[in-house]
Amino acid sequence: MPEQPGKNAIEVRGVRKVFGTGENQVAALDTVSVSIRENEFFTLLGPSGCGKTTLLRLIAGFDFPTAGEILLHGQDIAPLPPFKRPVNTVFQSYALFPHMTVAQNIGFGLEMLGKPKAEIEARVAQMLKLVKMEALKARSTSQISGGQQQRVALARALAPQPKVLLLDEPLSALDYKLRKEMQIELKRLQNETGITFIFVTHDQEEALTMSDRIAVMSAGKILQVGTPRDIYDRPAERFVADFIGETNFLPGTVVSKKPGVATVKFASNATIAAGYPEGFDPTGEVTLVVRPEHADLVPDPAKGTIAGTLSNIVYFGTDTHYHVKLDGGENFIVRHQNSRSSSVTYATGAKVGIQFEEDAARVLKD
Amino acid sequence: MTTAALSPTTLSKAALFEAQAVKAGARRNRLLSLPALIIIGIFGVLPLLIICVYSFLVAAPYGGVQWQFSTDAYLNFLFQRDIFDDTLQFTPDFLVIYLRSFLFAVVTTIICLLLGFPTAYFMATRPPAQRNWWVLLITIPFWSNLLVRTLAIMFIIRDEGLINDALIGLGVIDKPITMLYTNFAIQLGLLYAFLPFMVLPLYSSLEKLDFRLIEAAYDLYATRRQVLWRVIIPMSKPGIIAGCLLVFIPALGAYVTPLILGGGVHLMIGDLIAQQFGSGRNWPLGCAQALILMAAVLVALFFYVRNTSGKVQHG
Repeated sequence: MPEQPGKNAIEVRGVRKVFGTGENQVAALDTVSVSIRENEFFTLLGPSGCGKTTLLRLIAGFDFPTAGEILLHGQDIAPLPPFKRPVNTVFQSYALFPHMTVAQNIGFGLEMLGKPKAEIEARVAQMLKLVKMEALKARSTSQISGGQQQRVALARALAPQPKVLLLDEPLSALDYKLRKEMQIELKRLQNETGITFIFVTHDQEEALTMSDRIAVMSAGKILQVGTPRDIYDRPAERFVADFIGETNFLPGTVVSKKPGVATVKFASNATIAAGYPEGFDPTGEVTLVVRPEHADLVPDPAKGTIAGTLSNIVYFGTDTHYHVKLDGGENFIVRHQNSRSSSVTYATGAKVGIQFEEDAARVLKD
Repeated sequence: MTTAALSPTTLSKAALFEAQAVKAGARRNRLLSLPALIIIGIFGVLPLLIICVYSFLVAAPYGGVQWQFSTDAYLNFLFQRDIFDDTLQFTPDFLVIYLRSFLFAVVTTIICLLLGFPTAYFMATRPPAQRNWWVLLITIPFWSNLLVRTLAIMFIIRDEGLINDALIGLGVIDKPITMLYTNFAIQLGLLYAFLPFMVLPLYSSLEKLDFRLIEAAYDLYATRRQVLWRVIIPMSKPGIIAGCLLVFIPALGAYVTPLILGGGVHLMIGDLIAQQFGSGRNWPLGCAQALILMAAVLVALFFYVRNTSGKVQHG
């Protein structure tokens, strides 16, 4: 999708958020700018304390930015209270009203908007159907399971047809299997409703499987924005590569470079062509990153770009992880997908070589 | 709250064992409650029985009772026996005092609720470390005797008191405003005495309130007023009920406050009953008045609890 200024659901421009006063000041968000497109499933991903929830709360209106503006369809909403923003939130704790039934919870937003009773009833029925909770509409929220509460929270936030739906780690309280189900469910709801979803999570797998685009955050800054594939295959910084998926880090020296590609020499004198992100000029000693599945083992150490000794083999069912102690002393993991026709078997202690796929290695900022 | 009923099939052997264990536990619990029950029996139930019996006896001329059955005490509550022809004539004097006491108690409860709720909300929204200090401040009045504090109010509101002196000194008024020995004085005294009893249960209820629910309501387009009426008040209902009971019941039977601030002119039930045991020398009448008060409170309570606890949903 090309960048179209008019098609942005949310534009965050130079937003800073400082908590505390004087010596205790903490910048939870340090001048963040990001555009979120209409109908997009956009994820804010980062470790706890990175500022992702703060950014979400600023968009929802629970907090107000210290500086900067937040535009919703081109209009600055930063000074508006939450009840004047066409934005709804699914809370991590669900925050369902315990003194109301499931149906009353779902209808609450519409009721507050002063919609006629018939319209509320019709919309609540529609929402109950959407999240498959028709049978439990008269239940109290304390009488339903965690997964069901999650669905009610979703229905409640979607019922007023917000322009943007904010989701604050909504799946973190669910068990693994339910979480998987809800991931698919959320994606379905987003497709069916056509509402822009802004999803906050610290779970990189969740982010990769559900998002159209991801913003990776750390220490109050956005480090990279891109599609899951962008983020995974072409991380912009070492932090991004490290946070998303498993990564090998290898030391090397830049010997020559042309735009976008550097030739890096290992201690073993072998060289490799490695891409690097725009706006970064790698020189001298650098760190290469290689995804475990972008490398493969060869039985003959001489045939590999680098070589080492197999220290551990971990079987995962779908694939196997080979831990290699490189001759230079670093640890390197190779992930190999298991198949019926695996011809070579390896044993721990064997000397092996490691080959890289094309474009497997990248040089990144530390 | 209703819990899902167990179907007979789920009552397995394990459940039966559990039921037996619960029964044994209940027996032990009953034993533990014995000391409290004995105290309540000796100092609560027994005196109540004595009052019941005395209310059906005849007053002795110099206080005490004569052991002779009579319903005169109850008749005297509403009627007076004519000295000459022995007929009963309706006299609403006591009834008026009862109604006035109810009015005082109701107004006290309502104003305490209106003043206490924002106070309790303020306390509950302070940082946790500060809250205990606020609770301490609220309980400071309990450290000195109510009688002393009521006398202090008297000194503040009397004609030569702090308020009138200040207003005259400032030239706002020429003559003191009479406040002492009026209904206003009684009302003020009751409010002062019972406000903490409203604030504390409200606070304990509001403190447990999940403030994320308030955020959720704001997020769902509720204005501040709607958040108050639809979320905060329904969820703090237990505190409101407890606070209202703790203020209304003792306010109804207040004795010291109306005695001192009402100057014995504007009587409340408590003073009336005390009078029967003192200058009135009519113990049976005092007992009957006390029992009628108790019956009235019980009836009021019954309707209050039935109307508030059942339908918490529709706030």
